[in-house]
Amino acid sequence: MFSAREYVKAKSLEEAWELNQKRSSVIVGGMMWLKMGNSQKGTVIDLSGLGLNTIEDRGEEISIGAMCTLRQLETDEGLERAFNGVFRECVRHIVGVQFRNGATVGGSVYGRYGFSDVLTCLLALDSYVELYRGGVVSLEEFAKMPYDRDVLVRIIVKKDGRKAAYVTQRNTKTDFPVIACAVSRKGDDWWVSVGARPKKAERIQISGAGKTAAQLAGEAAGQFSYGSNLRGSAEYRAHLAEVYVKRLMETLEKEEA
Amino acid sequence: MEITVTLNGKRLKAEIDPGELLLDFVRRQGCYSVKRGCETSNCGLCTVWLDGTPVLSCSTLAARADGREVTTLEGVEKEAAAFGRYLAGEGAEQCGFCSPGLIMNVLAMERELSRPTEEEIKEYLAGNLCRCTGYMGQLRAIERYLNERGGETDGENG
Repeated sequence: MFSAREYVKAKSLEEAWELNQKRSSVIVGGMMWLKMGNSQKGTVIDLSGLGLNTIEDRGEEISIGAMCTLRQLETDEGLERAFNGVFRECVRHIVGVQFRNGATVGGSVYGRYGFSDVLTCLLALDSYVELYRGGVVSLEEFAKMPYDRDVLVRIIVKKDGRKAAYVTQRNTKTDFPVIACAVSRKGDDWWVSVGARPKKAERIQISGAGKTAAQLAGEAAGQFSYGSNLRGSAEYRAHLAEVYVKRLMETLEKEEA
Repeated sequence: MEITVTLNGKRLKAEIDPGELLLDFVRRQGCYSVKRGCETSNCGLCTVWLDGTPVLSCSTLAARADGREVTTLEGVEKEAAAFGRYLAGEGAEQCGFCSPGLIMNVLAMERELSRPTEEEIKEYLAGNLCRCTGYMGQLRAIERYLNERGGETDGENG
Protein backbone atom coordinates (compact mmCIF):
# COMPACT_ATOMS: atom_id res chain seq x y z
CA MET A 1 0.00 0.00 0.00
CA PHE A 2 1.21 3.48 -0.87
CA SER A 3 1.38 6.15 1.80
CA ALA A 4 2.97 9.56 2.15
CA ARG A 5 3.64 12.00 4.96
CA GLU A 6 3.40 15.15 2.87
CA TYR A 7 2.14 16.25 -0.55
CA VAL A 8 3.64 19.29 -2.25
CA LYS A 9 2.48 20.77 -5.52
CA ALA A 10 5.77 22.32 -6.59
CA LYS A 11 5.73 25.99 -7.52
CA SER A 12 9.01 25.82 -9.43
CA LEU A 13 11.40 23.25 -10.81
CA GLU A 14 13.98 24.44 -8.28
CA GLU A 15 11.60 23.69 -5.42
CA ALA A 16 10.83 20.26 -6.93
CA TRP A 17 14.53 19.50 -7.31
CA GLU A 18 15.35 20.58 -3.75
CA LEU A 19 12.53 18.53 -2.26
CA ASN A 20 13.56 15.55 -4.33
CA GLN A 21 17.09 15.42 -2.89
CA LYS A 22 15.76 13.58 0.15
CA ARG A 23 15.76 9.84 -0.39
CA SER A 24 12.28 9.54 1.07
CA SER A 25 10.84 11.95 -1.52
CA VAL A 26 9.33 10.94 -4.80
CA ILE A 27 8.14 12.82 -7.88
CA VAL A 28 4.81 11.44 -9.03
CA GLY A 29 3.63 11.24 -12.60
CA GLY A 30 0.46 9.24 -13.16
CA MET A 31 1.26 6.97 -10.18
CA MET A 32 0.17 3.90 -12.14
CA TRP A 33 3.23 1.93 -11.25
CA LEU A 34 4.37 3.71 -8.12
CA LYS A 35 1.27 2.94 -6.09
CA MET A 36 1.57 -0.78 -6.78
CA GLY A 37 4.49 -1.12 -4.42
CA ASN A 38 4.31 -1.23 -0.67
CA SER A 39 6.07 2.08 -0.24
CA GLN A 40 5.97 4.69 2.49
CA LYS A 41 7.15 8.01 1.14
CA GLY A 42 8.06 11.17 2.95
CA THR A 43 7.21 13.90 0.46
CA VAL A 44 5.20 13.35 -2.70
CA ILE A 45 6.19 15.99 -5.25
CA ASP A 46 3.61 16.90 -7.87
CA LEU A 47 4.78 18.74 -11.00
CA SER A 48 1.27 19.30 -12.34
CA GLY A 49 1.30 23.02 -11.55
CA LEU A 50 4.38 23.78 -13.67
CA GLY A 51 2.84 23.84 -17.14
CA LEU A 52 4.61 20.66 -18.22
CA ASN A 53 1.47 19.20 -19.73
CA THR A 54 1.79 20.56 -23.26
CA ILE A 55 3.16 19.29 -26.57
CA GLU A 56 4.75 22.12 -28.54
CA ASP A 57 5.87 22.12 -32.14
CA ARG A 58 9.00 24.30 -32.20
CA GLY A 59 9.65 23.97 -35.91
CA GLU A 60 12.65 21.68 -36.00
CA GLU A 61 11.64 19.71 -32.94
CA ILE A 62 8.67 18.76 -30.83
CA SER A 63 8.76 19.32 -27.09
CA ILE A 64 6.72 16.98 -24.91
CA GLY A 65 6.31 18.12 -21.30
CA ALA A 66 6.98 15.48 -18.66
CA MET A 67 3.42 15.71 -17.34
CA CYS A 68 1.79 15.07 -20.72
CA THR A 69 -0.34 11.98 -20.60
CA LEU A 70 -0.04 8.97 -22.87
CA ARG A 71 -3.46 9.93 -24.21
CA GLN A 72 -2.01 13.26 -25.35
CA LEU A 73 0.71 11.36 -27.24
CA GLU A 74 -2.05 9.35 -28.85
CA THR A 75 -4.27 12.23 -29.90
CA ASP A 76 -1.92 15.16 -30.56
CA GLU A 77 -2.32 16.30 -34.17
CA GLY A 78 1.19 17.76 -34.42
CA LEU A 79 2.79 14.46 -33.42
CA GLU A 80 0.48 12.59 -35.77
CA ARG A 81 1.56 14.80 -38.69
CA ALA A 82 5.26 14.84 -37.88
CA PHE A 83 5.70 11.14 -37.15
CA ASN A 84 2.99 9.49 -39.20
CA GLY A 85 0.97 8.08 -36.32
CA VAL A 86 3.81 6.15 -34.69
CA PHE A 87 3.02 7.56 -31.23
CA ARG A 88 -0.65 6.65 -31.52
CA GLU A 89 0.31 3.12 -32.49
CA CYS A 90 2.77 2.80 -29.65
CA VAL A 91 0.38 3.74 -26.84
CA ARG A 92 -3.06 2.65 -28.02
CA HIS A 93 -2.61 -0.88 -26.64
CA ILE A 94 -1.70 0.31 -23.16
CA VAL A 95 -4.59 -0.81 -20.91
CA GLY A 96 -7.47 1.61 -21.53
CA VAL A 97 -8.25 5.26 -22.10
CA GLN A 98 -8.61 5.97 -18.37
CA PHE A 99 -5.14 4.57 -17.76
CA ARG A 100 -3.65 6.60 -20.61
CA ASN A 101 -5.37 9.72 -19.28
CA GLY A 102 -3.40 9.27 -16.06
CA ALA A 103 -0.04 7.79 -17.02
CA THR A 104 2.51 10.45 -17.91
CA VAL A 105 5.25 10.53 -20.52
CA GLY A 106 7.73 11.66 -17.87
CA GLY A 107 6.85 8.73 -15.64
CA SER A 108 7.22 6.26 -18.50
CA VAL A 109 10.57 7.63 -19.63
CA TYR A 110 12.05 8.30 -16.20
CA GLY A 111 11.13 4.78 -15.05
CA ARG A 112 13.03 3.21 -17.97
CA TYR A 113 10.85 0.14 -17.52
CA GLY A 114 11.59 -2.98 -19.51
CA PHE A 115 8.01 -3.17 -20.73
CA SER A 116 7.85 0.48 -21.84
CA ASP A 117 6.29 1.00 -25.26
CA VAL A 118 7.00 4.72 -25.03
CA LEU A 119 10.73 4.31 -24.42
CA THR A 120 10.99 1.80 -27.28
CA CYS A 121 9.25 4.16 -29.69
CA LEU A 122 11.14 7.29 -28.66
CA LEU A 123 14.50 5.54 -28.96
CA ALA A 124 13.95 4.89 -32.66
CA LEU A 125 13.57 8.63 -33.18
CA ASP A 126 16.14 11.36 -32.57
CA SER A 127 15.02 11.94 -28.98
CA TYR A 128 16.48 13.78 -25.99
CA VAL A 129 15.49 14.36 -22.40
CA GLU A 130 15.84 17.69 -20.64
CA LEU A 131 16.83 17.31 -17.00
CA TYR A 132 16.56 20.26 -14.63
CA ARG A 133 20.18 20.07 -13.49
CA GLY A 134 21.62 17.67 -16.02
CA GLY A 135 20.59 19.63 -19.09
CA VAL A 136 19.75 18.01 -22.40
CA VAL A 137 21.05 14.48 -22.94
CA SER A 138 20.24 11.98 -25.65
CA LEU A 139 17.56 9.49 -24.70
CA GLU A 140 19.91 6.67 -25.60
CA GLU A 141 22.39 7.94 -22.99
CA PHE A 142 19.65 8.64 -20.45
CA ALA A 143 18.29 5.10 -20.79
CA LYS A 144 21.67 3.76 -19.70
CA MET A 145 22.20 6.23 -16.83
CA PRO A 146 21.66 5.09 -13.24
CA TYR A 147 18.64 6.52 -11.44
CA ASP A 148 19.44 9.81 -9.78
CA ARG A 149 17.45 12.58 -8.11
CA ASP A 150 17.27 15.05 -10.99
CA VAL A 151 13.94 16.23 -12.38
CA LEU A 152 12.91 15.18 -15.88
CA VAL A 153 11.39 18.31 -17.45
CA ARG A 154 10.55 17.36 -21.02
CA ILE A 155 11.28 15.08 -23.96
CA ILE A 156 12.53 16.61 -27.19
CA VAL A 157 12.04 14.81 -30.49
CA LYS A 158 13.87 16.20 -33.52
CA LYS A 159 11.92 16.43 -36.75
CA ASP A 160 14.86 15.21 -38.83
CA GLY A 161 12.80 13.62 -41.59
CA ARG A 162 12.86 10.09 -40.23
CA LYS A 163 9.91 7.88 -41.02
CA ALA A 164 9.07 5.50 -38.21
CA ALA A 165 6.85 2.51 -37.57
CA TYR A 166 6.00 0.55 -34.43
CA VAL A 167 4.60 -2.83 -33.58
CA THR A 168 4.09 -4.82 -30.44
CA GLN A 169 2.91 -8.32 -29.59
CA ARG A 170 0.97 -9.12 -26.46
CA ASN A 171 -0.31 -12.46 -25.21
CA THR A 172 -3.60 -10.82 -24.30
CA LYS A 173 -4.93 -7.39 -25.16
CA THR A 174 -3.76 -4.72 -22.69
CA ASP A 175 -1.11 -6.99 -21.12
CA PHE A 176 2.57 -6.03 -21.06
CA PRO A 177 4.21 -6.71 -24.43
CA VAL A 178 6.09 -9.91 -25.18
CA ILE A 179 8.15 -7.88 -27.57
CA ALA A 180 8.06 -4.25 -28.75
CA CYS A 181 9.80 -3.08 -31.92
CA ALA A 182 10.28 0.34 -33.45
CA VAL A 183 12.10 1.10 -36.67
CA SER A 184 12.91 4.42 -38.28
CA ARG A 185 14.59 5.26 -41.56
CA LYS A 186 16.27 8.22 -43.18
CA GLY A 187 17.82 7.46 -46.55
CA ASP A 188 20.03 4.39 -46.18
CA ASP A 189 20.23 4.70 -42.39
CA TRP A 190 18.01 2.60 -40.17
CA TRP A 191 17.48 2.85 -36.43
CA VAL A 192 16.04 -0.21 -34.71
CA SER A 193 14.80 -0.24 -31.13
CA VAL A 194 13.61 -3.39 -29.38
CA GLY A 195 12.03 -3.37 -25.94
CA ALA A 196 10.30 -5.86 -23.64
CA ARG A 197 13.10 -8.37 -24.33
CA PRO A 198 12.09 -8.35 -21.37
CA LYS A 199 14.93 -5.94 -20.59
CA LYS A 200 14.49 -2.25 -21.26
CA ALA A 201 14.65 -1.01 -24.80
CA GLU A 202 17.93 -0.45 -26.58
CA ARG A 203 18.65 0.98 -29.98
CA ILE A 204 21.09 0.14 -32.76
CA GLN A 205 21.83 1.92 -36.04
CA ILE A 206 22.64 0.11 -39.28
CA SER A 207 23.26 1.10 -42.86
CA GLY A 208 20.95 -0.42 -45.41
CA ALA A 209 22.79 0.23 -48.64
CA GLY A 210 22.38 -2.74 -51.00
CA LYS A 211 20.69 -5.01 -48.44
CA THR A 212 17.21 -6.50 -48.36
CA ALA A 213 14.82 -6.00 -45.46
CA ALA A 214 15.32 -9.65 -44.47
CA GLN A 215 19.10 -9.23 -44.34
CA LEU A 216 18.82 -5.99 -42.38
CA ALA A 217 16.30 -7.42 -39.93
CA GLY A 218 18.49 -10.45 -39.27
CA GLU A 219 21.50 -8.20 -38.75
CA ALA A 220 19.57 -5.84 -36.46
CA ALA A 221 17.70 -8.38 -34.34
CA GLY A 222 20.91 -10.36 -33.83
CA GLN A 223 22.54 -7.43 -32.04
CA PHE A 224 20.14 -7.49 -29.08
CA SER A 225 20.16 -9.87 -26.15
CA TYR A 226 16.91 -11.54 -25.10
CA GLY A 227 15.67 -13.06 -21.89
CA SER A 228 12.93 -15.44 -20.77
CA ASN A 229 10.00 -14.89 -18.44
CA LEU A 230 6.43 -16.16 -18.11
CA ARG A 231 5.39 -14.30 -21.26
CA GLY A 232 7.91 -15.88 -23.58
CA SER A 233 11.32 -17.48 -23.94
CA ALA A 234 14.48 -15.75 -25.13
CA GLU A 235 14.42 -17.84 -28.33
CA TYR A 236 10.81 -16.88 -29.04
CA ARG A 237 11.55 -13.18 -28.49
CA ALA A 238 14.61 -13.31 -30.75
CA HIS A 239 12.50 -14.87 -33.50
CA LEU A 240 9.66 -12.38 -33.03
CA ALA A 241 12.07 -9.44 -33.11
CA GLU A 242 13.51 -10.50 -36.45
CA VAL A 243 10.08 -11.04 -37.99
CA TYR A 244 8.65 -7.76 -36.73
CA VAL A 245 11.70 -5.67 -37.61
CA LYS A 246 11.54 -7.06 -41.14
CA ARG A 247 7.84 -6.22 -41.41
CA LEU A 248 8.41 -2.69 -40.13
CA MET A 249 11.25 -2.17 -42.59
CA GLU A 250 9.06 -3.38 -45.44
CA THR A 251 6.31 -1.02 -44.32
CA LEU A 252 8.69 1.93 -44.36
CA GLU A 253 10.10 0.89 -47.74
CA LYS A 254 6.58 0.80 -49.19
CA GLU A 255 5.81 4.24 -47.76
CA GLU A 256 9.00 5.58 -49.30
CA ALA A 257 8.28 4.07 -52.74
CA MET B 1 -4.11 18.45 4.40
CA GLU B 2 -7.24 20.20 3.14
CA ILE B 3 -8.57 20.10 -0.40
CA THR B 4 -11.47 21.84 -2.12
CA VAL B 5 -13.24 19.73 -4.69
CA THR B 6 -16.40 20.09 -6.73
CA LEU B 7 -17.87 16.61 -6.39
CA ASN B 8 -20.86 15.95 -8.62
CA GLY B 9 -21.56 19.67 -8.85
CA LYS B 10 -21.26 20.36 -5.12
CA ARG B 11 -18.27 22.26 -3.81
CA LEU B 12 -16.81 20.80 -0.66
CA LYS B 13 -13.78 21.12 1.57
CA ALA B 14 -12.33 18.01 3.09
CA GLU B 15 -9.40 16.88 5.15
CA ILE B 16 -7.40 14.12 3.45
CA ASP B 17 -4.31 12.06 4.09
CA PRO B 18 -1.49 13.15 1.67
CA GLY B 19 -1.28 9.64 0.24
CA GLU B 20 -5.03 9.06 0.05
CA LEU B 21 -6.36 7.78 -3.25
CA LEU B 22 -9.24 9.46 -5.02
CA LEU B 23 -11.11 6.13 -4.87
CA ASP B 24 -11.07 6.17 -1.06
CA PHE B 25 -11.93 9.86 -0.95
CA VAL B 26 -15.06 9.65 -3.14
CA ARG B 27 -16.28 6.55 -1.31
CA ARG B 28 -15.76 8.41 1.98
CA GLN B 29 -18.07 11.08 0.54
CA GLY B 30 -20.76 8.45 -0.04
CA CYS B 31 -20.17 7.78 -3.73
CA TYR B 32 -20.41 4.01 -3.45
CA SER B 33 -20.89 3.49 -7.19
CA VAL B 34 -17.11 3.77 -7.44
CA LYS B 35 -15.87 0.23 -6.91
CA ARG B 36 -12.57 -1.10 -5.65
CA GLY B 37 -11.58 -3.77 -8.14
CA CYS B 38 -8.14 -4.89 -9.19
CA GLU B 39 -6.21 -1.96 -7.67
CA THR B 40 -3.60 -2.57 -10.36
CA SER B 41 -4.96 0.05 -12.80
CA ASN B 42 -6.39 -2.60 -15.11
CA CYS B 43 -10.09 -3.24 -14.57
CA GLY B 44 -11.75 0.19 -14.90
CA LEU B 45 -14.19 -0.38 -12.04
CA CYS B 46 -13.04 2.75 -10.26
CA THR B 47 -13.47 5.09 -13.26
CA VAL B 48 -14.45 8.66 -12.39
CA TRP B 49 -14.14 11.89 -14.37
CA LEU B 50 -11.58 14.47 -13.37
CA ASP B 51 -12.51 17.75 -15.07
CA GLY B 52 -14.60 15.66 -17.45
CA THR B 53 -11.83 13.22 -18.36
CA PRO B 54 -12.14 9.56 -17.36
CA VAL B 55 -9.39 8.46 -14.99
CA LEU B 56 -8.76 5.56 -12.65
CA SER B 57 -9.48 6.76 -9.15
CA CYS B 58 -7.45 3.86 -7.71
CA SER B 59 -4.35 5.41 -9.27
CA THR B 60 -5.03 9.10 -8.68
CA LEU B 61 -4.13 10.90 -5.49
CA ALA B 62 -7.05 12.74 -3.91
CA ALA B 63 -4.67 15.69 -3.51
CA ARG B 64 -4.54 15.99 -7.31
CA ALA B 65 -8.26 16.69 -7.35
CA ASP B 66 -7.77 19.89 -5.34
CA GLY B 67 -9.52 22.76 -7.13
CA ARG B 68 -10.97 20.43 -9.75
CA GLU B 69 -14.27 18.82 -10.66
CA VAL B 70 -14.82 15.16 -9.86
CA THR B 71 -17.78 13.33 -11.31
CA THR B 72 -18.96 9.87 -10.33
CA LEU B 73 -21.96 7.88 -11.52
CA GLU B 74 -24.04 9.65 -8.86
CA GLY B 75 -23.44 12.89 -10.76
CA VAL B 76 -24.76 11.66 -14.10
CA GLU B 77 -27.70 9.59 -12.93
CA LYS B 78 -30.09 10.51 -15.76
CA GLU B 79 -27.65 9.68 -18.54
CA ALA B 80 -26.52 6.57 -16.68
CA ALA B 81 -30.09 5.38 -16.36
CA ALA B 82 -30.69 6.00 -20.07
CA PHE B 83 -27.70 3.90 -21.08
CA GLY B 84 -28.45 1.36 -18.34
CA ARG B 85 -31.77 0.59 -20.06
CA TYR B 86 -29.84 -0.44 -23.19
CA LEU B 87 -27.55 -2.66 -21.11
CA ALA B 88 -30.57 -4.34 -19.56
CA GLY B 89 -32.30 -4.60 -22.93
CA GLU B 90 -29.37 -6.51 -24.38
CA GLY B 91 -28.89 -8.72 -21.31
CA ALA B 92 -25.47 -7.14 -21.03
CA GLU B 93 -24.94 -7.42 -17.30
CA GLN B 94 -25.04 -10.20 -14.79
CA CYS B 95 -23.46 -9.33 -11.47
CA GLY B 96 -23.37 -5.64 -12.44
CA PHE B 97 -20.20 -4.94 -10.49
CA CYS B 98 -18.40 -3.52 -13.53
CA SER B 99 -21.37 -1.46 -14.73
CA PRO B 100 -20.67 1.86 -12.97
CA GLY B 101 -17.13 2.04 -14.39
CA LEU B 102 -18.29 0.92 -17.82
CA ILE B 103 -21.11 3.45 -17.88
CA MET B 104 -18.78 6.30 -16.88
CA ASN B 105 -16.42 5.39 -19.69
CA VAL B 106 -19.17 4.94 -22.29
CA LEU B 107 -20.56 8.38 -21.42
CA ALA B 108 -17.05 9.84 -21.65
CA MET B 109 -16.59 8.19 -25.04
CA GLU B 110 -19.91 9.60 -26.21
CA ARG B 111 -18.64 13.09 -25.38
CA GLU B 112 -15.21 12.58 -26.92
CA LEU B 113 -15.86 10.63 -30.13
CA SER B 114 -18.55 11.42 -32.62
CA ARG B 115 -19.96 8.24 -34.13
CA PRO B 116 -17.17 5.82 -33.14
CA THR B 117 -16.69 2.65 -35.18
CA GLU B 118 -16.91 -0.77 -33.54
CA GLU B 119 -13.12 -0.92 -33.46
CA GLU B 120 -12.91 2.53 -31.82
CA ILE B 121 -15.48 1.48 -29.21
CA LYS B 122 -13.51 -1.65 -28.38
CA GLU B 123 -10.30 0.31 -28.13
CA TYR B 124 -11.82 3.04 -25.95
CA LEU B 125 -13.32 0.50 -23.58
CA ALA B 126 -10.41 -1.94 -23.48
CA GLY B 127 -9.72 -0.84 -19.92
CA ASN B 128 -13.15 -1.91 -18.64
CA LEU B 129 -13.07 -5.57 -17.73
CA CYS B 130 -16.19 -7.70 -17.27
CA ARG B 131 -15.96 -11.27 -16.07
CA CYS B 132 -19.59 -12.24 -16.75
CA THR B 133 -20.80 -11.19 -20.15
CA GLY B 134 -18.13 -11.80 -22.78
CA TYR B 135 -18.64 -8.19 -23.92
CA MET B 136 -20.86 -8.86 -26.93
CA GLY B 137 -24.03 -7.78 -25.15
CA GLN B 138 -22.31 -4.66 -23.95
CA LEU B 139 -21.11 -3.88 -27.45
CA ARG B 140 -24.63 -4.29 -28.86
CA ALA B 141 -26.02 -2.07 -26.11
CA ILE B 142 -23.43 0.63 -26.75
CA GLU B 143 -23.99 0.63 -30.51
CA ARG B 144 -27.77 0.79 -30.09
CA TYR B 145 -27.48 3.52 -27.49
CA LEU B 146 -25.16 5.65 -29.60
CA ASN B 147 -27.25 5.19 -32.73
CA GLU B 148 -30.56 5.94 -31.08
CA ARG B 149 -29.23 8.81 -28.98
CA GLY B 150 -27.58 10.21 -32.12
CA GLY B 151 -30.96 10.00 -33.84
CA GLU B 152 -32.53 11.99 -31.00
CA THR B 153 -29.95 14.76 -31.22
CA ASP B 154 -29.09 15.22 -34.86
CA GLY B 155 -31.62 13.13 -36.73
CA GLU B 156 -29.03 11.26 -38.79
CA ASN B 157 -29.77 7.86 -37.32
CA GLY B 158 -33.39 8.31 -36.42
